[in-house]
Amino acid sequence: MIEVEHLSRYYGQHRAVDDVSFKIGDNTVVGFVGLNGAGKTTTLKVIAGLLPPSAGTVRVDGVDMATAPESFRKQIGFLPETPPLYTEQTVTDFLRFVGSLRGVSPKDLEERLPGVIQRCQLSGREHWVIDELSHGYRKRVGIAATILHKPKLVILDEPISGLDPEQISEMRSVIRDLGRECTVLVSSHILSEVQQTCDRVLMLHRGKIAYEGTERDMEGRPDSSTLVRIAVRGEQGALQAALKSLDYVREAQFTALDGSVEAVIELDGDRREDLVAALVMAGQRLRRVEDAHDALEQKFLELSREGAA
Amino acid sequence: MNAVFLLARREMSTYLNTWWGWVILLVVLLIDGLLFNAFAISNKPQYSAEVLESFFYFSSGTTMIAGLILTMKLLAQERESGTMVLLESAPISEAQVVSGKFLGAWGFLMVITALTLYMPFLIQLNGKVSWAQIGAGYLGLASLGAATVAIGTFASSLAKNQVLAAILGGVMLVTMLLGWMLSRQTEAPISGVLAYLALYDRHYQPFMRGRINTEDLVYYGSVVFAFLLMSTRVLQARRWQ
Repeated sequence: MIEVEHLSRYYGQHRAVDDVSFKIGDNTVVGFVGLNGAGKTTTLKVIAGLLPPSAGTVRVDGVDMATAPESFRKQIGFLPETPPLYTEQTVTDFLRFVGSLRGVSPKDLEERLPGVIQRCQLSGREHWVIDELSHGYRKRVGIAATILHKPKLVILDEPISGLDPEQISEMRSVIRDLGRECTVLVSSHILSEVQQTCDRVLMLHRGKIAYEGTERDMEGRPDSSTLVRIAVRGEQGALQAALKSLDYVREAQFTALDGSVEAVIELDGDRREDLVAALVMAGQRLRRVEDAHDALEQKFLELSREGAA
Repeated sequence: MNAVFLLARREMSTYLNTWWGWVILLVVLLIDGLLFNAFAISNKPQYSAEVLESFFYFSSGTTMIAGLILTMKLLAQERESGTMVLLESAPISEAQVVSGKFLGAWGFLMVITALTLYMPFLIQLNGKVSWAQIGAGYLGLASLGAATVAIGTFASSLAKNQVLAAILGGVMLVTMLLGWMLSRQTEAPISGVLAYLALYDRHYQPFMRGRINTEDLVYYGSVVFAFLLMSTRVLQARRWQ
């Protein structure tokens, strides 16, 4: 059980995390989402024991971060967006070092290593120097190092960033698999990923919890707008300009892909046909149009609007 | 395994498994060898004890420079490459991190220093020196090396990158070396304090001549302790930033 109570964190006068409280049960995969600057990374770092809180408490299975910091850190596995690796070492040498550093005995380490290597799909790469591994494999080494000491809480910050589709699919299965043994807190700005891997969602906005629960709970909320997901071949700037001239477009979020742009667009009412016609007239090379009945994205867009207001 | 020795062992293996450590080792041995050949073994008739004293004199310079170069990456590189998070999230204290890093760098410096032993043996072949002078000289090099590594560790804890760490460490080291010069320009009691604080002049020279003073050992021990304590405090303070 992870218990966070009245957690706040200041940077000088700026309150990055503002009185955040939540509880997460065992063996749950929780998606931690929020706009840039919402306080996600700060909250994660505090929960991971990397930053001391300005106020509040964090407990993992009853172990308090403030009163027993070293025991607390033994319960946590934290993987930042860029995996911290000693790239001159081989995979097994690195894992042995990290395991020992986290207090795993040599006997336990040798027993656990094969299982962790298999679980993180590193078989065949054990004796490779990390510097020679691809980004995807480095992420897996990072996860292996994070779970080697059997933490109660695993925190993964943007675990799929920079991975190709095949690696993303493999990472999903690794994360789901982890959720059977411990609580996993996954921070991501790719909402579809959170939907596919997480049991619950924690949405942070301006340092506060904006939503906590399942996505199904979220979908129960009324909203008159329509959400459309489109993909066009071309530049993001041209698509933005085309959408700007349409008065029924309330909000749009863009994701630049290789040579194309994906956008989730919120419309006033149901104006999907008008949108497609307008984009074609504007010379946009549409590749895909689909409904995006997506409560999480809706909520995200609501927060964006609040931020802009 | 104790976290301090685990970190020290990793640090040592980093020097041995990368070109970085080998280049420092080879350059120090080459410079020591050249200086030994050029200055210690001269055509001028000298007593063996004087030759050995000269050897410990110039070895102190290479030891200090090597100490600074070895330490510039200790903590600054961890911060630069993002691997500091591994240490910060581990169930170990900042004091253990600093001690482990210090021991690893100092240990490697001592390996380099030990490899210069052939030079005193060469003197022994062609003359006669006391083993006590050799032992005292090497104890002096070990003490001076430890102090330099501690200063470098502190600089590395402060700096954002390795280059800045080397510059900062260099400035601190030179300031501490020049204490004896400043002491001559000032009056008592400040001159006494500055002379006592000087890293080389008063505390290292007795070792070169084969004398081991408790006061000098206490001095170097205090320098090591003070700089490692400050490094620990810097790491602790960074958590709050």
